[in-house]
Amino acid sequence: MSAKTANKIATSVIVAVSGLIVLVLAGLLGYILVRGLGHISFDFLTSAPETIRRGGGIGPQLFNSVFLLFLTMIITIPLGLGAGIYMSEYAPANKVTNGIRLIVEVLSSVPSIIVGLFGLLVLVNLFGFGFSLFAGALALTVFNLPLMVRITEQGLRSVPREQKEASLALGLSKWKTITSVMLPIAMPVILTGTILAAGRVFGEAAALLFTAGMSSPRLDFSDWNPFSPFSPLNPFRPAETLAVHIWKINSEGLAPDAKEIAAGASAVLVITVLAFNFAARWLGRYLYRRFTAIK
Amino acid sequence: MTAIGMSTKNLSVYYSDKQAVKDVSLDFQAKQVTALIGPSGCGKSTFLRSLNRMNDLIPDCKITGEIWIRDRNINSPDTDVVSLRQRIGMVWQRPNPFHKSIYENIAFGPRYHGTKNKKALDEIVEQSLRKAALWEETKDRLHNSALALSGGQQQRLCIARSIAVKPDIILMDEPASALDPVSTSKIEELIAELKRDFCIVIVTHNMHQAARVSDKTAFFLTGEVVEYDLTTNIFTNPQKQETNDYITGRFG
Repeated sequence: MSAKTANKIATSVIVAVSGLIVLVLAGLLGYILVRGLGHISFDFLTSAPETIRRGGGIGPQLFNSVFLLFLTMIITIPLGLGAGIYMSEYAPANKVTNGIRLIVEVLSSVPSIIVGLFGLLVLVNLFGFGFSLFAGALALTVFNLPLMVRITEQGLRSVPREQKEASLALGLSKWKTITSVMLPIAMPVILTGTILAAGRVFGEAAALLFTAGMSSPRLDFSDWNPFSPFSPLNPFRPAETLAVHIWKINSEGLAPDAKEIAAGASAVLVITVLAFNFAARWLGRYLYRRFTAIK
Repeated sequence: MTAIGMSTKNLSVYYSDKQAVKDVSLDFQAKQVTALIGPSGCGKSTFLRSLNRMNDLIPDCKITGEIWIRDRNINSPDTDVVSLRQRIGMVWQRPNPFHKSIYENIAFGPRYHGTKNKKALDEIVEQSLRKAALWEETKDRLHNSALALSGGQQQRLCIARSIAVKPDIILMDEPASALDPVSTSKIEELIAELKRDFCIVIVTHNMHQAARVSDKTAFFLTGEVVEYDLTTNIFTNPQKQETNDYITGRFG
């Protein structure tokens, strides 16, 4: 076979495979959206679910998902940034560092149901947090943190060495060099990664079944005192998230319109995750321009 | 500004167990340009990077010997490397402006070192750009990105950035080798201008450049200084056979 023919075959195979992937993706998205979009209305997004009657909404679940994401990110971002900066800039190149890196890799590949069981045993029972948003946020942190550490580390490593040296050569401290020269350059990478990780948290169900729980108390959206047991802001109340809700009504929903609710909720979930992705790209570009004065 | 020079005594640099620089003792006079020449891999860049302790960043790199500025050996462990580097500027082979505006590139260092006043910073930015012969080209777009400048302009910005923190000494590692001939001659003019205020040490592969810009020249070969003399002597009347072979282009 001549080199030309081989080239042609390889090119067409690659084009075909890419086309297939796009088709599968578009089909999947289209299916979820076509089935679910018709069911989405303001009422659906804001009202509470019904157990037996039709016409229930996903208001509290949507709120729970957003709030849980917020809590998780509050815990994950400082820890992940700190650890990532340490791994990239301060950790000596030795066996201990490599060991830590290996553990981080392993941690990120633990199945989420295992993380959920770990949460149940340690956070819910041993530490006595009960089924709560806080326990859920900690469980999500377990597999979000490795991602955050790796993203930060990769972002900082992608900064050209000359940039770092130029700053140090001006007599700037290492910390100032990291925060003022390296982090702005690494920011788009870190931010995109963070928001993608957030999307993963938003869609997670298995790790939350045994930690944040499968039910919500009757929330009182006029009570914003975080210590009141019916306040939506109380981090120590149980909370069913959107992804868990989809799983639950699909498997044991009694309402006659359970299928439609699941379809609508799935569409909302997919749209939100897509929105995260687009927001990530846009914000990454915007911040890069802000920090670097590129018009 | 008092004139400050620099000298090394038996300076050796090791990468793990390989010795890259061997017992180099050189004097760099204030208000003079000293060129370091020699074939690739002869240790001249490694030597240069040791002078502001930039090699500290490389693991397994060990530096022995002494580096003297004023009355201090800055290669001693108790030296504050961060404040030392403020007094020794550095310019790299490839222009590496910060991913910031032109103004920020220059104001960044002085602001960190304590100049917070907006007027004073404006003053430093203008003076530094003027000294680097870049003011006329950039005064209308100080707040645009430095990355939009041409390669030669970027390199002059990097020089402006390093003189903005008022160093005594400027190290240049092949500052013109990535630039076109016009930009190169601008950089060379600039070096001639800057030596009125600074002690300049420049590594170069271009022997004509060394002959044009420097007062003294050191010829490096396999980590050692073969010959160190006035530039005119090195290029017209070298004392060593290796120097003669190198400058006449017989090897390297």
